[in-house]
Amino acid sequence: MPHGNDKGEDIMRRGLRSAIGIASAAALIALAGCTTDPSVEPAAEGDGAQEEAPSEDWFDQEVYDQQFKQREVVPEGPDDKPYLQMINPEMGDTSEFKSDGGKKMCFANASISNPWRQTGWITMNEQLKELKQDGVITEMETRDAQDNDDTQIADIDYFIAEGNCDGFIISPNSTAAITPAVERACKTDKPVIVFDRGVETDCAVTFIHPIGGFAWGIDTSQFLIDNLSKGDKVVALRILPGVDVLEQRWAAADKLFDEAGIDVVDYFTEGDPAEIKKVVSDELAKGDVQGIWMDAGDGAVSAIEAFEDAGKDYPVMTGEDELSFLRKWKDTEMTALAPVYTNFQWRTPLLAAEKIFKGQEVPTEWVLPQSPITAEDLDEYLDRNKGMPDGHYAKFGGEDMAGFPQVWQDRVIP
Amino acid sequence: MNSSAAQTHLGDGGLRRLLERAADPRGAVVVLLIVLLIAIVVLNPGFAEPGALMRFIQRVSPVAIVAIGQYFVIVSGEFDLSMGAVVTAQVMTAGHLIGEDDSKTVPVLLLMLVIGIVVGIVNGLATTLLKVPSFIVTLGTMLVIHGAVMWWTGGAATGNPAESFRRLGRGGIEGLPILGLLPYAVLILLAVIVFAVWISRRPYGRIVVAIGDNAQAVAFAGANVWRTKTFAFVLSSLAATVAGVLLAGYAGVHPSVGQGYEFTAITAVVLGGVVLGGGRGTVLGALIGAFTLESLFTLLNFTSVPATMRDAIQGAIIIAAVAYSGVIFAKKRKRPSTSADTTSAGAASPIQLTGGDDAARK
Amino acid sequence: MSAYLRRLDTTALVYLALIGVLIIGAVLVATTGRNFFSPGNIRDILTGMSVLGFVAIGQTLVILGASLDLSVPYVMSLASLVAAQTMNGSDAMVVPAVLLTLVVTACIGLANGLIVTVLGVHGFVATLGVGLILKGYLDTNYQGTEGSVPWSFQLFGATGVGPVPISTIVMLALAGLVAFLLVRTRFGHHLFAVGGNSEVARLSGVRQRLPLIGAHIGSSVCAGLAGLLLASRLGVGSPTVGSQGSYDLLSIAAVVLGGTVLMGGRGSIWGTIGGVAIFAVLDNLMSVMQFNPFLKDVIRGLVIIIAVALYARRRVIARRIRFADSPTGPNIAAGAVPAAKSVPAVGPVSAADPESAAESAPAAGPASTAESAPADADGVRSDHEGSRG
Repeated sequence: MPHGNDKGEDIMRRGLRSAIGIASAAALIALAGCTTDPSVEPAAEGDGAQEEAPSEDWFDQEVYDQQFKQREVVPEGPDDKPYLQMINPEMGDTSEFKSDGGKKMCFANASISNPWRQTGWITMNEQLKELKQDGVITEMETRDAQDNDDTQIADIDYFIAEGNCDGFIISPNSTAAITPAVERACKTDKPVIVFDRGVETDCAVTFIHPIGGFAWGIDTSQFLIDNLSKGDKVVALRILPGVDVLEQRWAAADKLFDEAGIDVVDYFTEGDPAEIKKVVSDELAKGDVQGIWMDAGDGAVSAIEAFEDAGKDYPVMTGEDELSFLRKWKDTEMTALAPVYTNFQWRTPLLAAEKIFKGQEVPTEWVLPQSPITAEDLDEYLDRNKGMPDGHYAKFGGEDMAGFPQVWQDRVIP
Repeated sequence: MNSSAAQTHLGDGGLRRLLERAADPRGAVVVLLIVLLIAIVVLNPGFAEPGALMRFIQRVSPVAIVAIGQYFVIVSGEFDLSMGAVVTAQVMTAGHLIGEDDSKTVPVLLLMLVIGIVVGIVNGLATTLLKVPSFIVTLGTMLVIHGAVMWWTGGAATGNPAESFRRLGRGGIEGLPILGLLPYAVLILLAVIVFAVWISRRPYGRIVVAIGDNAQAVAFAGANVWRTKTFAFVLSSLAATVAGVLLAGYAGVHPSVGQGYEFTAITAVVLGGVVLGGGRGTVLGALIGAFTLESLFTLLNFTSVPATMRDAIQGAIIIAAVAYSGVIFAKKRKRPSTSADTTSAGAASPIQLTGGDDAARK
Repeated sequence: MSAYLRRLDTTALVYLALIGVLIIGAVLVATTGRNFFSPGNIRDILTGMSVLGFVAIGQTLVILGASLDLSVPYVMSLASLVAAQTMNGSDAMVVPAVLLTLVVTACIGLANGLIVTVLGVHGFVATLGVGLILKGYLDTNYQGTEGSVPWSFQLFGATGVGPVPISTIVMLALAGLVAFLLVRTRFGHHLFAVGGNSEVARLSGVRQRLPLIGAHIGSSVCAGLAGLLLASRLGVGSPTVGSQGSYDLLSIAAVVLGGTVLMGGRGSIWGTIGGVAIFAVLDNLMSVMQFNPFLKDVIRGLVIIIAVALYARRRVIARRIRFADSPTGPNIAAGAVPAAKSVPAVGPVSAADPESAAESAPAAGPASTAESAPADADGVRSDHEGSRG
């Protein structure tokens, strides 16, 4: 940066500059403290302290216990249609929505920015084609919020004002922030169907979701604990902080690891395989690692390859039902489990809409099964998904639809 | 290049020279790098073994190569924000087109090089001939490339490319004495460094620095500004292409590979003493910057710093490093102006080293 | 005076482009059997403008001062959290919360400004670094949405006058205020001068640091206002809401789309608002047409490049005429001499580019720094006279 060059003032200026530089660095540090000053904290305390260990915040004993039990429940519903199965349903009356004729659905989607959502979105569109042929649904208008809460709120408001919607399907981008908009949609007296992440209101006719994050955390950590011994080291690879479905997985796992005396260290990798490989390599350089835990399977293969490149034995590992991981698991014959965040839930909302417009009862909270793929199931799922791309999810649930397998193989995204 | 020449002019005694070098911003980043490496070795003595060091260099290679590519763009006074998207696009292309078929490796590699060159030419021409600021051009191409590749692949490539392709980033020459394994990535990095240093000592390398300093003066002196800058953008996106090849091997194919690489590259370059706005900096500086940044991340992995604090530490360090180099440079410039003249003459750099404001002050 | 007309041209061009996009939008939307100018759609567009508008107004300030602000997303997130936590559902706390948010964001802007001016760190690096520090703070201290915004404050984001949301009105009022500051006050004149050529500004007696520090404070406070609006719309504070929209790069793109020069010293707030509107209309159009989200990015990218290419070419033509007092004038005066002397040492240089040689010819004249400085300052002044248009 340019400066005056009056030589006489140079030294003084330099001194002054250093002083100001230090002061501004100090200001920066103070700034980091500035926002934690007492004026903010007292307000926050009413809401639940935020200084606690991160996982405490997300841990909810009641929900945990509920999901723990739901894992064991045999779901009701047709055996060959897992996307219509339900766990402990409390049916709600929908007779007020009963009406004839084809309907227009409006779908406010959070995004299709990851392979899981893309796979589900493809499946949903195939389901839409079927229902269009049956004349149940004439049209589905979709607005994609591209992972932005503010955009999704505007999308929902737009649907309410301009959409001519007979019903709403909402896949919320985040829980608390989308709640007011969902409530506005409910006030239109049209049926509202929420799926995937939830919202803090029960005004929706049905909220469709798999058992949940705690169940994932329980299944995965229990598997690792069963296959490891006390004092073994587990590296937990997490995508991002602050996303509830992911945080709950970690909250349950962290608690169980802690109780079992497993030594666990966690990292955020944003699902980037390069980052994952670096993290695992560094952990392997520090010492042996016996287990890998993931809160989502993206990049699982690079974690395994880090063991290969370091010449270490394969770890006990939990990934996800993404095909890249299943294939690697098969190749290496490692001890592994593929937990599932049920991808076939993307079929259910449109089928729920069909039921609602027929006046059939639907569960107010439609809990779909969420059972991990184990070593016994592995071959079956690999066989079913032959020819699918690596980013495809094994439990996508579209095997009986017209576009199978071509549409998923080509990943045709509308 | 300029600074090393300048230092030999200034130094009398060995110790003094050493101290001067350490105080020099580029020297300081070397000191920082050494401190970081020592800290890593202290925490994890195994890191100092030749095999582990090779693995470390292998891992830094993509970032280092991207930083070297970004160097040419930044030193010419421009930005390349499209690098991360190019890396992603190349990784996805490899995964989508090669598949398990070894025989496709070479044709697809050639296609990737063509994509890299085309992106560089588009960035370069839009910046120079259409006069759109490169920040905006490359922001635009970043969106276009990323969106297009996601649209084309449906967000997930078919799978990891054949092993023959991945070996470049993942494998190496095995069974060597001492080293054990010499990763191909290290050899590729060496080749890139040799090429980059060579080209930066050719007239091209000097003109590109001079353009970053004062494009109009260089144009007036008869150099071809638009061609030089466009070539810098081509070098940059070719570097991203090479990094993409390495990453497809090292990490595998996934749409998030390459995300944020543009900022990593710019941060590395800036850490290495290259000045945003152009006209000052060296290839080796960019290289050292990349190694420093990655060493920092590695060190954080070896310490028990919470994962969430990594960004904050990175932020504080880049501000401190750039502020330090700014203050030191300002000090140097306050010395009698004759020394500045010998500096530029000695380095055969025709143009003032710093931006126009300083030139005006003189 | 001629500078005035040219300036008007750039902003006018932005609005011509906006009208073009509107016409295309109206036609395309009509093909789907909808009305582009229906209240719901207008509200959607204006809502889309509000948040980005706040950020872009602030971004215009720093860009006019030849700096950048990449920390805005994190400032927005932090602002939404500070506001929502302080309010914590209580009506009485709305005013203190807003004030506290503005103070906190002003603190961040001050830090940015001091790092840029006093430590001499390039705005790109300084604000990238501060942004990373804030991100680390947010990630470490917040595990998700926090706090709650009382209904009275949610109205700010939820209500409107007819189809026009209150937030848009507030945003436009802020734009008016900032435009006034830029054109009519010393701060504005000095900011233009510093951004145009800080050395010349210094020689003309302008204190260089204060305007730029002020611009950075302004930018952070504007981002803070955007964060307040987001808190109001979301009903909670969110540690990721700012980065969700990549408002850093989008706001810079909107500013440049609005005709402001990225190198500083030229541009106007109303151009920026036009740029923001173009983005909002485009986004609305693509959503109504149900474009594939990946293709949306492709189109956004193309529009940014093509639109800016249109202005940029005009600006180059305009600048060539008054080249002697262009911002880089003095550089050439000082730099051309050694360049001419030592270029042969560089080695074989490619043939002269006749166009650029001709372009720089007038500048290579014997104009000394001192001589050209007042001329340039005049040019700068006539510029912001013009930006009133």
